[in-house]
Amino acid sequence: MQRLPELICPAGSLPALKAAIDNGADAVYLGLKNDTNARNFAGLNFDHRSASEGIRYARDRQRKVLMAINTYARGGDSLRWRTAIDEAAALGVDAVILADLGLLAYAHERYPALRLHLSVQGSATNYEAINLAQSLFGVQRAVLPRVLTLDQVRHVIANTSVEIEVFGFGSLCVMVEGRCLLSSYATGESPNSHGVCSPARFVRWEDNGQGMDARLNHILIDRYGASETAGYPTLCKGRFEVEGHTDYVLEQPSSLNVLAMLPQLLDAGVAAIKVEGRQRSPAYVAQVTRALREALDQAGQSAQRFSVKPAWQQALAKVSEGQQVTLGAYDRPWK
Amino acid sequence: MPVPEFTLPPFGRRWLQRLPATPPAWLLVHSLNQLQKRQVLAADMSLLSGKTFAVEICDAGLTLTFRADDERFHTGSSGDAPDLRLAANLADFLRLMLREEDPDTLFFSRRLRIEGDTELGLIVKNLLDSVDWDSTPLRRFMQH
Repeated sequence: MQRLPELICPAGSLPALKAAIDNGADAVYLGLKNDTNARNFAGLNFDHRSASEGIRYARDRQRKVLMAINTYARGGDSLRWRTAIDEAAALGVDAVILADLGLLAYAHERYPALRLHLSVQGSATNYEAINLAQSLFGVQRAVLPRVLTLDQVRHVIANTSVEIEVFGFGSLCVMVEGRCLLSSYATGESPNSHGVCSPARFVRWEDNGQGMDARLNHILIDRYGASETAGYPTLCKGRFEVEGHTDYVLEQPSSLNVLAMLPQLLDAGVAAIKVEGRQRSPAYVAQVTRALREALDQAGQSAQRFSVKPAWQQALAKVSEGQQVTLGAYDRPWK
Repeated sequence: MPVPEFTLPPFGRRWLQRLPATPPAWLLVHSLNQLQKRQVLAADMSLLSGKTFAVEICDAGLTLTFRADDERFHTGSSGDAPDLRLAANLADFLRLMLREEDPDTLFFSRRLRIEGDTELGLIVKNLLDSVDWDSTPLRRFMQH
């Protein structure tokens, strides 16, 4: 039996954390209630008390807790980000997930025993970048942006001793992960600066009589027919008129789903598989974690006999954005 | 046991529409206040104060209107323009409450409508998600 990658699941609240652990996550990742992480949503995330309780819950069951501090500190205002790292170290999390070089340096110098993961927002897509983060800051794991093919993932793994974590399921980001400025074009705020693609106060959904309009800072970004599936109100997933045609021009609302290539990912030697969705509810976390846990266990037992169970696909397809799934960049036959 | 697939039949809707909406709204408000009092619902009332909410149960033809002040929830009148309107069928509201379904999932499939102040909607959604039913007698109804 093959050594399985860790299954890393999202937690936006204590019940979501418990749902992840109860359904078989090896580790959960969470963030604090401020703009130091890329899911800075009103009412979401953890304070010291709920984080302590979550860590205790995980520890009692031999699981891990990682803390995402993966936005970029603003010049002259980096105290909140350094405080978040201090807080993570005081709480005793198993690792912090960082993107900002200054914060990586701070964490490395201040807390040499604290394990560092390079966030997907760090946008390291090649082994040179990852190895540099290792030699500069002692980074022990890197989360790969969802822009690489399976062969490219293999190539990275073959050329680094840093553990590689890849995304296994969840809403897809536009293909410039960690470098996206699109939302700040509409709202002045972006995931890297404020921890959210479409700040809720800029979002309006309006019934237009025949369906629903989605607006971001008054800009019409999509118009859904009465029975058309919807996605998150981000600019990248809007439909726009280009040369007389109105359609998705940057990306479609859909979710990544790697079930079909789990044996190949195991074979490639990934250290961990991550589920997106700290903004989602405990129900989502439970359903997705359960499906991926079963699938991973089965793939680990025998890659040859692995087959994707319809029940897993159904569970994942149902909770997917736009209700459709894709292998994303992993499967790009045209190179 | 999962909530079965159902839509209230038209005669049920007609029957329900004849009843005043006040008793269900009162029940909802009373439950919210009880949950808040027992600190199961960790509501930061300063974020909700002064806001009016409308919960529309589409297949029942019922709209429950309530509002919040600094301390508690109160029933509202249907004439109040809500800051936030949530609309879905009864079965989907039950699935949300029992954590069988995720609100984003219902939103993607257009079974949940959210109109008005989206940030307020997010606050309410995340407030409900953060309730740890394990700490209440209701835990045996909740799915994991």
